Amino acid sequence: MSGKPKLIYFNGRGRMEPIRWLLAAAGVEFEEIFLDTREEYLKLIKDGSLMFHQLPLVEIDGMKMVQTRAILSYIAGKYNLYGKDLKERALIDMYVEAITDLTNMIMMFPFSPPAAKEKNLALIMERATHRYFPVFEKALKQHGQDFLVGNKLSWADVQLIEAILAVEEKFPAVLSGFPQLQAFKTRMSNMPAIKKFLQPGSPRKSPPDDRYVATVLKVL
Amino acid sequence: MAGKPKLHYTKGRGKMESIRWLLAAAGVEFEEDFIETKEDLEKLRNDGSLLFQQVPMVEIDGMKMVQTRAILGYIAAKHNLYGKDLKERAWIDMYVEGTTDLMGMIMPLPFQTAEVKEKNLALIIERAKTRYFPVYEKALKDHGHDYLVGNKLSWADIQLLEAILMAEECQADILSAFPLLQAFKGRISNIPTIKKFLQPGSQRKPPTDEKSVARVRAIFNF
Repeated sequence: MSGKPKLIYFNGRGRMEPIRWLLAAAGVEFEEIFLDTREEYLKLIKDGSLMFHQLPLVEIDGMKMVQTRAILSYIAGKYNLYGKDLKERALIDMYVEAITDLTNMIMMFPFSPPAAKEKNLALIMERATHRYFPVFEKALKQHGQDFLVGNKLSWADVQLIEAILAVEEKFPAVLSGFPQLQAFKTRMSNMPAIKKFLQPGSPRKSPPDDRYVATVLKVL
Repeated sequence: MAGKPKLHYTKGRGKMESIRWLLAAAGVEFEEDFIETKEDLEKLRNDGSLLFQQVPMVEIDGMKMVQTRAILGYIAAKHNLYGKDLKERAWIDMYVEGTTDLMGMIMPLPFQTAEVKEKNLALIIERAKTRYFPVYEKALKDHGHDYLVGNKLSWADIQLLEAILMAEECQADILSAFPLLQAFKGRISNIPTIKKFLQPGSQRKPPTDEKSVARVRAIFNF
């Protein structure tokens, strides 16, 4: 029996992907159990593993943790990725919440009705380039440091690189107006733990495809 | 210039209400600057006060904080309502995410068409009774303490009371199968700071009425 965290979710990104990123960036090895059928999901509910009947579920340090944000906060706190004091935490939280709003748009996108897809895609691009990326570009420019908060790697940096890569999958040139973010992306991608996560064969999951969407709809 | 936090939002519950609850419970006096028109919102955006162009925004300790959860997390930690260690924090976070989800279902109701509203109301009541309240009832039963986490008042307790009262506005006897939550409601409501917040004349906001719906739609353009 390993001491490794155990991630229970579908074999795809969804709401578990930021958790995979954060654990990987922290250099923490983890195991995964992939759900394929509704029976498996109902069994988890029945045996009381899912506090609010929802995934993700992460077994970590003797707890069966649910709620993505709670899980991410715990990991960030445990592995010193949450700033050095209350004010740095506050800034990290503000950044993370905003980035989560953006990545949620991307995560929900495959599940949009066909008629709404084009509009939702345009909104992702608009929000990324007008609301979110400018804030982080400015922050990096103003303090001139390598990381968003406190001159040290934090949860906010990991979540930002994840978001940048996800938006680039849809809009490859999205960073063209953001030189600081381009440099940030390169720096972060070259950090050993993240570089490893970005290589084939890592626990990083592929972008959602039709099969993934079908599995989620079937199980839930 | 006061040292009091200043809240920027419309004169209604929305996403700011949980922040009002937490500040009030912590015994922190605060000021409010109400956004009444689209121009008020544009002004805040144009003078760079809103990091991501959105409200809530709370001026606190020299920061212009945005993002509801970030603001709540800061207040909770500052006022010792966030547990004593990482694990208690984790439990508080899980519980808070649950009540946030439940209240998040209730919040949009006034903005929905009659047909959608009826369907969602039924779903809210079902979820409250089968997904959310059982969790908190069980937590209180298992440890027998007065509070959800660590035998001490925390953000989780305050948000649970807020959620219970909102759910009761949807169905008055929604707690009928949850004796421990009924007792919890009574206890937490009687905490002096919270009792004060529950009295008329406090900064607690009433449920959203039709007039408010129209005003919010005009301000936020939806």
